[in-house]
Amino acid sequence: MLEIKDLKIGFSSESGITPALHGVSLSLERGETLAIVGESGSGKSVTALAITRLLPTPPAVYQGGEILFEGRDLLKVSDAELRRVRGGKIAYIFQEPSTSLNPVYSIRSQIAEMIELHRPDVPKSTADIDAEIIHWLDAVGINEPARRLHDYPHQLSGGMQQRVMIAMALSARPDLLIADEPTTALDVTIQAQILNKLRDLQQELGMAVLLITHNFAIIPGLAKNVAVMYRGKVVEHGNTEQILRDPQHPYTKALIACIPRLGDKRRRLQTIESII
Amino acid sequence: MSAFIIRRLALTVVLLFIISIISFFIVTLTPGSPYPWGELNPKISAEVKANFRKKFHLDRPLPEQYAFIMHDLFTGNLRSIKDDRPVLSRIMERLPATLALNFTAILISLSFGTLLGVYAARHAGHWQDITGSFVAFLFIALPGFWISYLIAIGLVKVFGVPILGTQSYGIDFPNAAAAGLDRLWHLLIPAIVLALGGLASQSRYLRATMMESLREDYIRTARSKGLAEDVVLYKHALRNSIRPLISGIGMLLPALLGGSVVVETIFAYPGMGRLGYEAVLERDYPTLVALNFVAAALVLLGNLLSDLLYAVVDKRVRLE
Amino acid sequence: MSTLAITPGALGAVTQETPGARILRRFWGNPIARISVVIILFFALTAGGTALLGALGHHWPYDPNLTNLDQKLLPPSLQHWLGTDNLGRDVLSRMLNGATISLTVGLIAVAVSLGIGVIVGAIAGYFGGLTDQILMRSVDALICFPTFFLILTAVAILGPSLINIVVIIGLVSWTGTARLVRGEFLTIRETEFVKSARVLGQKDWKIIFRHILPNASAPIFVTAVLGIPDAILTEAGLSFLGFGVQPPQATWGNIIADSKTYLLEAWWLILFPGFAIFIASLAFYLAGDALREASNSRS
Repeated sequence: MLEIKDLKIGFSSESGITPALHGVSLSLERGETLAIVGESGSGKSVTALAITRLLPTPPAVYQGGEILFEGRDLLKVSDAELRRVRGGKIAYIFQEPSTSLNPVYSIRSQIAEMIELHRPDVPKSTADIDAEIIHWLDAVGINEPARRLHDYPHQLSGGMQQRVMIAMALSARPDLLIADEPTTALDVTIQAQILNKLRDLQQELGMAVLLITHNFAIIPGLAKNVAVMYRGKVVEHGNTEQILRDPQHPYTKALIACIPRLGDKRRRLQTIESII
Repeated sequence: MSAFIIRRLALTVVLLFIISIISFFIVTLTPGSPYPWGELNPKISAEVKANFRKKFHLDRPLPEQYAFIMHDLFTGNLRSIKDDRPVLSRIMERLPATLALNFTAILISLSFGTLLGVYAARHAGHWQDITGSFVAFLFIALPGFWISYLIAIGLVKVFGVPILGTQSYGIDFPNAAAAGLDRLWHLLIPAIVLALGGLASQSRYLRATMMESLREDYIRTARSKGLAEDVVLYKHALRNSIRPLISGIGMLLPALLGGSVVVETIFAYPGMGRLGYEAVLERDYPTLVALNFVAAALVLLGNLLSDLLYAVVDKRVRLE
Repeated sequence: MSTLAITPGALGAVTQETPGARILRRFWGNPIARISVVIILFFALTAGGTALLGALGHHWPYDPNLTNLDQKLLPPSLQHWLGTDNLGRDVLSRMLNGATISLTVGLIAVAVSLGIGVIVGAIAGYFGGLTDQILMRSVDALICFPTFFLILTAVAILGPSLINIVVIIGLVSWTGTARLVRGEFLTIRETEFVKSARVLGQKDWKIIFRHILPNASAPIFVTAVLGIPDAILTEAGLSFLGFGVQPPQATWGNIIADSKTYLLEAWWLILFPGFAIFIASLAFYLAGDALREASNSRS
């Protein structure tokens, strides 16, 4: 469904163009979950945002490669076509839910925007749209969704804001959900809840998920395949369980070794020293 | 919400008090002689001077002088040196004209300024933005009296279009609509001239604010939803720039009132600005004190109103 | 502890550039900024040159105060490039003379307002608390006054001499700087290096001047540059109304004021001085704006 071929992206600044992606290649099938894992600066978020050209183009510069989605190269399609894909086919949830929702509009109006744009099957009346929104708020695990309909983002907790973002993204019934570090900014206790919910929803809706994270520990059980990124390149790519058992690349080995395990007898945690 | 209103009102009262003190200071503490006819004029007897001192309470300690002047101002005892009428009533009769002029100017500045600012932000970095900025500074650098003068001369003398004053005298208008239109015409030209600088600064301010808003995360979310760029700009980004727009009024008001001194004088428009100029020429200190005070009080009131208006619009403020 | 060291690739060369040099480079890269600086230098040099010549007793092209009623109200010609006024005085000479006034007022008034504004803002921002509240409420109140009218009132009462005008403009215009400085201080005060300076027991005023102020200098400088045309325009307005520097001393504003009775006949008395005020102000505004863009670390 999605195939990224040799994507090269740089960022221009006063001192020239700094390369960020050195030729990234990935693929994703329908209904599959792929995790992209790497430390900060490895290029994983850049890759995710690049898929629907969400990187602001100054300073980003697309230097080469293809992004094939359902056969078309998203780097070359028209603006109108791109806008159809955004939201309707490929939806996003971002790391900071508190700033990713518009503070001056109610959550109802922000989700309605999505539905009105991408769901012609939902009748345009207020009652119908409300019902649809409530259905999704309920699906992501928000209590008493009808009462929350006209709340503003700042009235919700971080976990709830993220659930709203997920509801908003899913309400368009996309084929692919790109989740950029969806739980990094949340409490550890909420993280598991949200991730589990995400997995349940994915199975229910049969959509593909691209999960970006720096935390290898959350990947098993969630993503069938994983791509490890380091300094703008994919260094290893394949089945999660396989890679966990038998990592090939030294960086992957180091990453896996860093995962804290219960029952580990060592007193100090593993780290990776590197300079980016 | 009520806590917000109460706090805001309390602040306004405090500021009004400080404003009154400053107004008092301007005239009373300046080392110049308060006598309009000169300290050493031999024709004025000591008795007249003593009466003057008594009338303006100059023989009392400072805080008492302040109290007296404030009392006199509001009870109508503070009278103009020129025609011995209560200062406040002289000001009040000019107030409607002033309000009309400045309100129109604010409307022009805010509306066109916002449009230009959004346009510039949308095309940030490209030629539209650079040209827009350049034109904005062009307006700001234009000396008010120069452009007023040129326009007044141009329209009145060269084209024979009557624009001075508030209406064309000596013409019988067939109906109220025509008369109203004439008044509007007389109001519009000075208002436009007055609004030029404010328009420019408002557009710069809004441009900066919009560009900041466009950097926020929720804009990225909006784009990821597949919304057209227009919608992202006008619905999502601009809505977050309302607060700066409102506080822009606060910045505009004192500038407009100040600029109206020159504009009203040149266009012979009977507002407070012109009254100020006349008072300055006549060294009419009571009127001057009162004018400065009233002008600042008007600005304060304008700020209060716009803050309250904003609280109605933005729910977050109410919960503060 | 077992760690895995991953050797990095060769790092690119890192250039060392002081913040000031960087701002200057970005400023100079802007063509509008360059043109503005040229215009400002033009005015400054002609004003300075004229003043110098005047101090030495020479006048070019003519004595600005020399009246010649035979030659009154002449349009621009080869003998009088910008024409003559109602007393036969050469307009160009008067304008060169007036340039000195305008620029002097601009610079000194800004210096005064900067001085007051920085001190008030620094005290409010550094000490915070009640001091801050009192100072800022006073600033809020002062901002409500329409500045031009306040200045006009004060000048009318105290008398329109050059010193009075300069000081009064400065005394009324410091509020913007104060707010800016206060804002900068509030931010910088919380940074680590200031906190460590306090922990080390450094005296307050030393912290203010040695540590905080230099870091706030860019925005303060931008405000100063942008304040100059404000002062020039204010002085011109005062002169136009008759309350600027008094005749026979020429200012750009009072050349126009003198023309009030000769409206249609003497267009040159209105056009040239006004244009000079306009272009000088524009140059300062554009330069100041370019400076602000250059020192803005975000763009």
